[in-house]
Amino acid sequence: MVTIAVAAILGAPQSRAQTPPRPDYPEHPPAPPEQVAHGEQIFRSNCSFCHGSDARGGETGPNLVRDEVVLRDQRGELITPIVQNGIPAQGMPKFALTAADITDIAAWLHRQPLSDRGAPSTLDILVGDAKAGEAYFNGAGHCTQCHSATADLAGIGSRYEPKTIQNLIVSGGGGRGRRRSAGAAPPVNVPPTTVTVTLASGRRVQGELDHLSAFVVALRDSAGTYHSFARHDSIPKVVVTNPLQWHIDMLPQWRDADIHDLTAYLVTLK
Amino acid sequence: MKTGTLLLSIALCLPTAPLLGQGGTTDAWPTYAGDYSQRRYSPLRQIDQTNVRHLTLAWLRRLTAGPGGGEGAWFGPPPGPPAITGGVAEEPMTMPGATSGSPRLAGSILQVNGILYISSPDNAWAVDALDGHVLWHYWWKSRGGIHIGNRGMAMYGDWLYFETPDDYLVSLDAKTGQERWHKEIADFSQQYFSTTAPVVVGDHVLVGTGDDLDAPGFLQSFDPKTGELQWKFYTVPMNQGDPGLETWASLDAARHGGAQVWTPGSYDPATHLYIFGTGNPTPAYTAMLRAPRDEHTNLYTCSVVALNVDTGKMAWYFQTSPNDTHDWDATQAPVLFDGMFAGKPRKMTMQASRNGYVFVLDRTNGKHLLTAKYSDAANWAETVNAEGQPVRNAAKDNTVAGSLVSPDNGGATNWNPPSFDPRTGLLYVVLREIYAMYYLTNKDPRMLVGLGGSEQDVVGSLGTSIVAIDYQTGKLAWKYRLTGGSGTGLLTTAGGLLFANDGSGSLVAFGLRGRRSPVPLWHAQIGSIENAPETYSVGGRQYVLVTAEGTLYAFSLQ
Repeated sequence: MVTIAVAAILGAPQSRAQTPPRPDYPEHPPAPPEQVAHGEQIFRSNCSFCHGSDARGGETGPNLVRDEVVLRDQRGELITPIVQNGIPAQGMPKFALTAADITDIAAWLHRQPLSDRGAPSTLDILVGDAKAGEAYFNGAGHCTQCHSATADLAGIGSRYEPKTIQNLIVSGGGGRGRRRSAGAAPPVNVPPTTVTVTLASGRRVQGELDHLSAFVVALRDSAGTYHSFARHDSIPKVVVTNPLQWHIDMLPQWRDADIHDLTAYLVTLK
Repeated sequence: MKTGTLLLSIALCLPTAPLLGQGGTTDAWPTYAGDYSQRRYSPLRQIDQTNVRHLTLAWLRRLTAGPGGGEGAWFGPPPGPPAITGGVAEEPMTMPGATSGSPRLAGSILQVNGILYISSPDNAWAVDALDGHVLWHYWWKSRGGIHIGNRGMAMYGDWLYFETPDDYLVSLDAKTGQERWHKEIADFSQQYFSTTAPVVVGDHVLVGTGDDLDAPGFLQSFDPKTGELQWKFYTVPMNQGDPGLETWASLDAARHGGAQVWTPGSYDPATHLYIFGTGNPTPAYTAMLRAPRDEHTNLYTCSVVALNVDTGKMAWYFQTSPNDTHDWDATQAPVLFDGMFAGKPRKMTMQASRNGYVFVLDRTNGKHLLTAKYSDAANWAETVNAEGQPVRNAAKDNTVAGSLVSPDNGGATNWNPPSFDPRTGLLYVVLREIYAMYYLTNKDPRMLVGLGGSEQDVVGSLGTSIVAIDYQTGKLAWKYRLTGGSGTGLLTTAGGLLFANDGSGSLVAFGLRGRRSPVPLWHAQIGSIENAPETYSVGGRQYVLVTAEGTLYAFSLQ
């Protein structure tokens, strides 16, 4: 939305957006919609009995959408002889369809998506028991040591999708981004990781951890000033405090059922 | 130089015992892993624990991909030679990193007779090992394919071999960079893409490929002179009567079952066996269509497989993840070594697998010797069966409601090479203990082609470490926590050093102290490191070579 608004203000045509990158693999030649529709109709009345109404395999016929011959075929040239001659050894009869009809079937087959990889899911993930989740939140889970249903988590059920809430329950908001999901992870108010560096002189410098390796520790102090120190063995002394340590310590201990119950509870906090 | 020639002849023409002896790699680096054992242990000891603090930059060379490539930026050293162009595409695709800009140099680099041979998707270079001078650059016009990476080249005499993302094996003249021939190695329309480094053994160029749709995996052998196909071994049953078919729901499922061979294998001259790992079954994230019953283990997916290199016939296999449901390929290096096991001398192979378990096998016959979990976090299996295979807990599959699972998709470790130190019997591996929520995103199994049907959200990590695994017990001798999150492969040397990317932008030399935790002795901050460090010796000087951000870095003692 923001991108379009900016483009409108600048008077730039919306097509100025980058042309989509070329796909990794060549796509099949385009076909007019009426040809595709006709191909679907012929497929349904002749082929779907064995191959399924969506061509993804039925009781006896294999999935054609990802079939080796179909993938190689461009405009029906490889499919036509198979349909017209059949494959008797595999129980496929011959069909008295014209080459034009089979070309239309091919056009329809080639329009079917190969896979749903990367497609956003619409499945409902809520299977847990909200009552059990509430009990876990206030009891065994020790969540109330840091969180409150009426303070930091108030209204969380209106702010996030259930799947996001569930991921936040485990990560505490410190996850490293989402994999294969639409949209970026929403901002969550997580206190920063802090570090205390004690120099050989005894001077202590504290602040938000910027980065840490075996050789350097770097931080920003409360005034926003950046400091970095070389590390040699255990000098200076470095103590890191991660506010999400509880969530990290929980990783090996979670039961999936408790995660599901907690999610069911937190989505009720509207 | 003379030494290099001699070693090359040993490596490429007489692949016999020396390559597998306790000596490890030598002055040259003539194959993917330096030698056929994949130990990545070098006997070079000019650089050692006492002097590594004085290791310093000898040279660096920035490379540029594509037809206008060469070396250097506009303000840098004089441009290199124009690219020699090959390829069959009429309308070649354009992609930063392949046709322009900075290449990702993630693969192994050959060093033979003082020349380095390096590749990235669609690009290959010859570089002087003494000063980084570019001798030639070859660029392949691509018709497409997934450009995820290139793992390196293979060499036979004066000829080089590498694979392209659009499924060609290309042979170059190492002296000039001119193309000798190219051969199509897989069906592009089935969405194969090729990343792996070929391996030359005797008169065979062994070539794997990859696929993320659901085409069958295979390994092929080509004649190094002519490029003619010698044999082709499918890693899944392709016909009625093929062995392993009973482990699939149907022949159709098997023929779309995956098991890609996308990393180089090891070679044992004594048994004449080429030993390699295979990839995941497809559909990757649900067993419904391919393995509805317990006996459906989906051979030979997620397996260590041994083939006779002359015939391409299988001698043995061991499946590390029966009926895998998490895309955890068993394509990690099967490292070869000899030693005592349970009081008996054994010839072994060892794989620290992506699924968080390590396996030791007798490499002469595939007999299982040991299974151990080297990732504390791995939680997808509750037991190990009598054959030594972890048994998957179906509750930790991809589920609609979500399952908290470790490893994440990247695995406890991935293809990045481990290193085996023959003096200590320890296998050094980069271990990632990351958790993800695994969601099944489609309940219709017929839609779950290839890698479809799953969403995985990383939700936390116990950290990334270098671990030392004792092959006799499977126990960790030590675990060194890295501050960064990435590992690109390891190298050990007879100088008592372990070279590693610390995941925070530094190449680090650790001093090894046997079974005690290693100590960092030296580092160089060079940015995002891309490959596994290597070492070689030219002109009496030992170099340590690594890549970062499209640039070669060579370090030596001054």
